[in-house]
Amino acid sequence: MSEPLVLGIETSCDETGVGIVRGHTLLADAVASSVDSHARFGGVVPEVASRAHLEAMVPTVHRALATAGVKLSDVDAIAVTAGPGLAGALLVGVAAAKAYALAAGKPLYGVNHLAAHVAVDTLEHGPLPAPAIALLVSGGHSSLLRVDDLTAEVTPLGATIDDAAGEAFDKVARLLGLPFPGGPHVDREARSGSSVAIAFPRGLTGPRDLAGHRYDFSFSGLKTAVARWVEARERAGEPVPVADVAASFQEAVVDVLTAKAVAACREQGVDTLVVGGGVAANSRLRALAESRCEAAGIVLRVPRPGLCTDNGAMVAALGSHLVAAGAVPSTLDIPADSSMSVSEVRV
Amino acid sequence: MLVLLLDTSSAAVTAGVGDVSGGVCRVRAEQTVVDGKRHGEALAPLIARSLADAGATAADLGAVAADVGPGPFTGLRVGLVTAAALGDALGIPTYGVCSLDALAAAVADDGAPFLVATDARRREVYWAVYSGTGDRLTEPAVNRPADVGPLAASSGARRAVGAGALLYGDVLGLPVSGPEYPDVTALLSLAAARVAAGAPAEPLTPLYLRRPDAVEPAARKSVLG
Ligand SMILES: [Zn+2]
Repeated sequence: MSEPLVLGIETSCDETGVGIVRGHTLLADAVASSVDSHARFGGVVPEVASRAHLEAMVPTVHRALATAGVKLSDVDAIAVTAGPGLAGALLVGVAAAKAYALAAGKPLYGVNHLAAHVAVDTLEHGPLPAPAIALLVSGGHSSLLRVDDLTAEVTPLGATIDDAAGEAFDKVARLLGLPFPGGPHVDREARSGSSVAIAFPRGLTGPRDLAGHRYDFSFSGLKTAVARWVEARERAGEPVPVADVAASFQEAVVDVLTAKAVAACREQGVDTLVVGGGVAANSRLRALAESRCEAAGIVLRVPRPGLCTDNGAMVAALGSHLVAAGAVPSTLDIPADSSMSVSEVRV
Repeated sequence: MLVLLLDTSSAAVTAGVGDVSGGVCRVRAEQTVVDGKRHGEALAPLIARSLADAGATAADLGAVAADVGPGPFTGLRVGLVTAAALGDALGIPTYGVCSLDALAAAVADDGAPFLVATDARRREVYWAVYSGTGDRLTEPAVNRPADVGPLAASSGARRAVGAGALLYGDVLGLPVSGPEYPDVTALLSLAAARVAAGAPAEPLTPLYLRRPDAVEPAARKSVLG
């Protein structure tokens, strides 16, 4: 089956996503987000997200099928995010996927959320050359991966040892009085600020850190440094230059992310870098990744922002790869695994 | 008409197939495992096995009835999203059954009113009081066992049933008897009239009875000390 028609379900965080792809072609990408319900809490509340997934699941499947102009009986397989993510949220999607698979008599593929973030790029830029390095940054994860085979061999190189990059954006936004989720607001403020106004720390970039955490990230120290700087200003009775803080903070984050991603490409002898996850929508991350990749002779692939955030299309895309590769389907007793390792592409 | 019956409102995970035809209802298959942490893994295989036991396939089903709780949320949602997706995929109606009603239906004996109490965790119970014939006399609620005892007694309850009664029988101050978990026979009896009448599909809205645990962040803490 070279062009399998696959329906993908994603519920690992606060987006109920249902996507439909045929081979590398995106047919539908329906997303229902509960992000507004989390705003006043300053972060995603797992129980609120799980409740929203239950309500949104069937309507979102309908929307995807209608957009794609296909029937459930037409699809060749159903793929679902089995992990990693919020346990209770994942469970809703996994249970729904099993029920649709069982009712329609379709094979089920429980897939890894991080591998799906990489796979979604093939919908926009075609087959992924192997090996590739992937930098995945969102509110829930910050990972560097080596991808030798999207359907079978993905190796984690490094990850955040504390906060995810997106989480740092949310916390700094809150500090600056900007709404949740913080990413887009910090990005917009930063455009009128100076990225060199304040020298914020670059986590895990010193020589000793690099020895033990070559491809790992740390954003907790940066977040605290921003908080100290802002508070010192406030105590001194001086106005906080929001744009400069946003720009300098954002620069510290994207500097480390892109430096480590490019270093991974060089050191691993890899000439393709894929960037994904919600933070990949950040304009400065895109710009800096572009210039650094160009200087290093690396081909940069970043899906459009709508495909970088969590969605069902990415799950369907990985499912389509698995079906085309003849992968064995998952059984009906697969668990939702909140801490699933990316070295497990599917369950 | 064949109806699929699902219950994930307690530590038991249950699937079954019932047959409703000519005013008679009969359980054709029943599968249960008690494993309060594995609803997500257990349910779909139990459905497949129930269908096989009943000599049926999903396509033979004419309706799905599921327990809408109250019950612990994470497990409850597994059953409800499964029922909703099955109903959607098969184009058949879904009906909700209250977990406390299901226990009451299993023990109603035309005697005195009784309390149904299930385990709500966090040292609380989900509960309601029923007449001897199994009619619900109080709305489902969630409270501490020590508070439920007097409320149930004032509604005339003379005995208590359910996993919550078994856990907190001494605090409730009522003699405890009866089943721990809802069974397929009770679910079928509660859904049968709607199935037989081809009643309109019902959205499967969980009876959470509790708001999500979430606190709005307090004022910023100083990082300078
Ligand atoms: Zn993600």
